[in-house]
Amino acid sequence: MLAAVGVNSLEELFADVPAKHRFPELKIPAPLSEMETLAELRALSEGNLHAQKNTCFLGAGAYQHFSPSVVNYMIQRGEFLTAYTPYQPEVSQGTLQAIYEYQSMICALTGMDVANASHYDGATSVAEAVIMAYHHHREKRKKVLLAPTVHPHYRQVVRTYTQGMGVKIVGDHTTNTDLNELAKQLDQDTMLLVVQSPNFLGQIEALEGLAAKCHAVGAWLCVATEPVSLGLLKPPGQYGADVVTGEGQSLGLPLSFGGPYLGFFATRKEYVRKMAGRLVGEAHDKNGQRGFVLTLSTREQHIKRDKATSNICTNQGLMAIAATVYLATLGKHGLRRVAELCWHKSHYAAKRIAEIPGYSVDTSKPFFQEFVVKCPKPVHEINQFLINERNIIGGYDLSHDYAHLRQHMLVCVSELNSHEDINELVEALKEIG
Amino acid sequence: MSLEPLIYDLGRPGRTGVSLPEPDVPETAFPAELLRTDLDLPEVDQLSVVRHFTRLSQLNFSIDTRMYPLGSCTMKYNPRVNEDAARLPGFAASHPMQDPDTMQGNLALMYQLQEWLKEIGGFAGVSLQPAAGAHGELTGVLMMRAYHLDRGDVKRTKVLIPNSAHGTNPATASMAGLDVIELPSDARGNVDLAALRAYIAEHGAEVVGLMITNPNTLGLFEENIEEVVAVVHGCGGLVYGDGANMNAIVGIVRPGDLGFDVLHYNLHKTFSTPHGGGGPGSGPVGVSARLSDFLPGPVVDILADSEQGKPPHYGFVTPKKSIGRVKAFWGNFGMHVRAYAYMRVHGASGLRGNSEYAVLNANYLLSKLRGAWNVAYDRLCKHEFVLEGVWADAPGVHALDVSKRLMDYGFHPPTNYFPLIVREALMIEPTETENKETLDQFVSAMLKIAEEAHTQPDLLTQAPHTTPISRLDEVSAAKQLVLCCRPIPAWAE
Repeated sequence: MLAAVGVNSLEELFADVPAKHRFPELKIPAPLSEMETLAELRALSEGNLHAQKNTCFLGAGAYQHFSPSVVNYMIQRGEFLTAYTPYQPEVSQGTLQAIYEYQSMICALTGMDVANASHYDGATSVAEAVIMAYHHHREKRKKVLLAPTVHPHYRQVVRTYTQGMGVKIVGDHTTNTDLNELAKQLDQDTMLLVVQSPNFLGQIEALEGLAAKCHAVGAWLCVATEPVSLGLLKPPGQYGADVVTGEGQSLGLPLSFGGPYLGFFATRKEYVRKMAGRLVGEAHDKNGQRGFVLTLSTREQHIKRDKATSNICTNQGLMAIAATVYLATLGKHGLRRVAELCWHKSHYAAKRIAEIPGYSVDTSKPFFQEFVVKCPKPVHEINQFLINERNIIGGYDLSHDYAHLRQHMLVCVSELNSHEDINELVEALKEIG
Repeated sequence: MSLEPLIYDLGRPGRTGVSLPEPDVPETAFPAELLRTDLDLPEVDQLSVVRHFTRLSQLNFSIDTRMYPLGSCTMKYNPRVNEDAARLPGFAASHPMQDPDTMQGNLALMYQLQEWLKEIGGFAGVSLQPAAGAHGELTGVLMMRAYHLDRGDVKRTKVLIPNSAHGTNPATASMAGLDVIELPSDARGNVDLAALRAYIAEHGAEVVGLMITNPNTLGLFEENIEEVVAVVHGCGGLVYGDGANMNAIVGIVRPGDLGFDVLHYNLHKTFSTPHGGGGPGSGPVGVSARLSDFLPGPVVDILADSEQGKPPHYGFVTPKKSIGRVKAFWGNFGMHVRAYAYMRVHGASGLRGNSEYAVLNANYLLSKLRGAWNVAYDRLCKHEFVLEGVWADAPGVHALDVSKRLMDYGFHPPTNYFPLIVREALMIEPTETENKETLDQFVSAMLKIAEEAHTQPDLLTQAPHTTPISRLDEVSAAKQLVLCCRPIPAWAE
């Protein structure tokens, strides 16, 4: 091969690389066999506590749910796993149709007209909603109202993404979680109001009338939501939302220490051309055969370049396919059942915890599967006890994000937590309390 | 008429794909006013789900079945050991909000990956948070902007970008609120140094920096890279490296040594994590010392050194002047595990060897194709090269037709119509994981297609002939948009 190329050595192929920097000595270990590598990684992984080894009551934006075995088998098929973005539709109908089905299911879940093929996660989906609203108003409106009960990471990401755009992000530096109060700040300079339901504290927000208030000043409403809860609850589309976003990890994706996850994004049909991200549409060939293609590509970076509204290219394709398999397997009846199980178990846990002296549960708003518990001691201390003495991973310490919620724990219960798990938690909380 | 019914059409009322338990706790009533009245999801039995998705998968070309020479995508083999590694329960079932003390295995892995990426890139700092290349680009440009503002330099609003750049580069600059200045390329395919000097001479004080890909999107190593970097630094600007083409240079040269201030890596290209039909990827960024404080946070650091044979204690630290989070949680950890496994198996010598063979394979193909095909810039290439998919004496045939005909020969087409500076571009990147036999088969197919273009052009213009579906009417698809197969819900009417 070297002869065919016309060089005498591999080194000659790099003659145009500056000599003094060529072939650095990389301080990286020598090669290791596949079996030794796997053994090393197994040992590393076993140093962790995790939700399969320890009963876990953590939520806070990532959820442990039952994922049917089929999900993993389908996404590990090499034809899905090792394919590229479906730019050549004739040889990509598998990926294209799976994503089209994903888009359709997201529309059905959220009550919206169109959904894209995904964003990186729930946080960047919200950021993209802000950017979409910004361009919709031709950069003339500068204000974004953000509820304090939107996930803290999402709010941070919105600020990072918009730091070069000259926009004002307001509304979330308050302890008041009443959305009607927040809505009073709507004005002609507001492009978007972002709320989350169920919110970061697990509470189901009263969304009636909110969209109307936004539309009265020409602003959009974006609702960030949680998809398993939509197996039970009225979807944001039915409340008049203009954009619905959310974290799709709970649709059969593993916890995986925070990623890869799945940002879903849906909007009304009149805004489809302003939406970022890939879109799969139905198409036909000359024989009338139905197929699918990436469409409206003129919105995207490879065509519009500096005029594109987003730079997104690679998204979370395989995760969207995983969610599609999950939703197809659980289906209409299964998703409802999972949501019901989460509801019953979390409400049972809340009732029992509320009965423990020294603990109280916030019931100011209804909740889906997470609830806030006021504890008699710092949450950190309680969690240390739970791990060290009971091998239980306790709920999230809200003092990390809300100064007025010191000693408040966000407890999450899913269909994977049994009656026994819950009772064990209750007994442990009693003991340390 | 369709290749495969929609999943919804495979169902019947009442069916479900998996059994679930009854509640094992007393039930709590649902507040009726909060409940939805519809839930339009499929009602399919599990076997039908399996058949449906299995049949769909069989409609795809993939690395697992075919050579996939997509330029700038680095479609190398995706090792299965990586999949097993990522699925180890200690990794897959770890919750991102767990106390870091219970996650030391994950943090050790992330720390080590940060260190190896620093080493490969020649950088002082790395963040693993960005979820894709474009995400890393936005991170990098925001850091450059923040760096200047932090020094009180508020006049810099322009980003210089070569006309051969990937579309994400200018799109990123716009997202960061900056203006794009396009630079021409010279006759040898490099960024035009004279044009760069001229612009900097007049406007240097307004320049945030340069975004450059090296090797560039023509597959060529920038011959003037050191001078280009010097000129940009000379006016106070920074240099951003798009690391999409890193597969050509791992162990060959380090961008940090060449003076790059920031670079994004694509773990789903260079480091073998799978493309998944459009993600998930991972786009970590490496930075020089002067940008380290601006990295998106948090990053993983050692909080307490190792003592008496025990491992160090790791934790999350937010850099002093961090631009902020770019993603919820810590990054696409599942991809970090896969990349780590890849780097561990190949080691320093293997990583360099992969780059050497990627470059050899591309040059081998180039040497075999250059007679029958027009080469855009005919010099020794790196891991990829660009052909023109047209011939003066084969009118009516375009790059698109070549691509469709390649499908009939069992190859995924190369990258089409990119970079924009080559007409009818076909960008070919074999990667190091294709063996000589496969490369020779590809050459044979390309030579036949070149001949067909001249003798039987219909074979190209009517291609593909052997795929499950033929060319689709994309124009009508965009006009009569059908993006969702579900009817409008009753409450919306």
